[in-house]
Amino acid sequence: MNTAITTIPLSTLGIGSACQIVSLNLQGLLRRRILDLGMVPGTPVQCIRKSPAGDPVAYMVRDTLIALRSEDASQIYVNPM
Amino acid sequence: MNHSATKEHHKLLSEHFGITAIPGQFTVALAGNPNVGKSTVFNALTGLHQHTGNWPGKTVDNAQGSFTYLDRSFLMVDLPGTYSILAHTIEEQVARDFICFGKPDVTLVVLDATCLERNLNLALQVMEITPKIIVCVNLMDEAEKKNIKIDLSALQKDLGVPVVATAARSGMGLDTLRQKLHEMSIGLCTPTPRQISYSSEVENAIQQLLPNVSRLIGSNLNPRWVTLRLLDGDQAFIKSISQYLNLDLHSTRLQEVAV
Repeated sequence: MNTAITTIPLSTLGIGSACQIVSLNLQGLLRRRILDLGMVPGTPVQCIRKSPAGDPVAYMVRDTLIALRSEDASQIYVNPM
Repeated sequence: MNHSATKEHHKLLSEHFGITAIPGQFTVALAGNPNVGKSTVFNALTGLHQHTGNWPGKTVDNAQGSFTYLDRSFLMVDLPGTYSILAHTIEEQVARDFICFGKPDVTLVVLDATCLERNLNLALQVMEITPKIIVCVNLMDEAEKKNIKIDLSALQKDLGVPVVATAARSGMGLDTLRQKLHEMSIGLCTPTPRQISYSSEVENAIQQLLPNVSRLIGSNLNPRWVTLRLLDGDQAFIKSISQYLNLDLHSTRLQEVAV
């Protein structure tokens, strides 16, 4: 797994910032689900908004808004752009 | 298909999928992501000749309809809208089981022209299961409004399967679609869909397992695809195999192969 110094978990991305997916530290069905939604390594992702409690968070992926729990987003590693 | 094989096929359709095909009728499975206008295509092709119900034992809607083209009758089965057919949800399982075990004469995959990239995932997954697939790029009118241009002949060449552009709402492209469905059903067109090559690690594992898997499942299913599911460790799929193919004795051996 690529964990260069610039790589951060997706969950730490601020609203409005964009990033690129580096790796998914997820297993089994959830991993499959995330991949099926088009979140594969290299995909650009933008953080759009947070729910009032801060979890889940909405991300723009390939022109589609996808909400992820922080728990899951923390396992997705990205390079900020 | 000879007479007894046809009878067997109809028995399988009615027992496992609650579908009654009349003799000589072609079956067409309709797959696609949610909200791509799948049902609009379905309605446009079948009109009022529809019958709705549930998949046997599941709370998932099952719509069937028929139409006639060049004196041949076609039974269309509208599968639930899914992003994938690797079966996490009951809808995906229904869609996968029908494409895989229901042996439709053609699987029509409807894509949304305005977000092709995400939609192609499903088309590629279906292409791994069966070569009898037609890709229908729907919502061409919407794409035009958004100034999206699609190079259909390049798409057809890259995928290796027939691609038909439609705007089902206005009826555009439906005639071509009927014609292609007919051509493929009567065997005039046998595409060679592009197959995904995986990393050398995975490909090596496939090559090791493939002869055993082929021996176990015979010509019922695409052995490469079954091997991939085994490598995935997909227990639900192994269950489906024994259920539909009466391979009870072999299911334990399939699991051994998987380990």
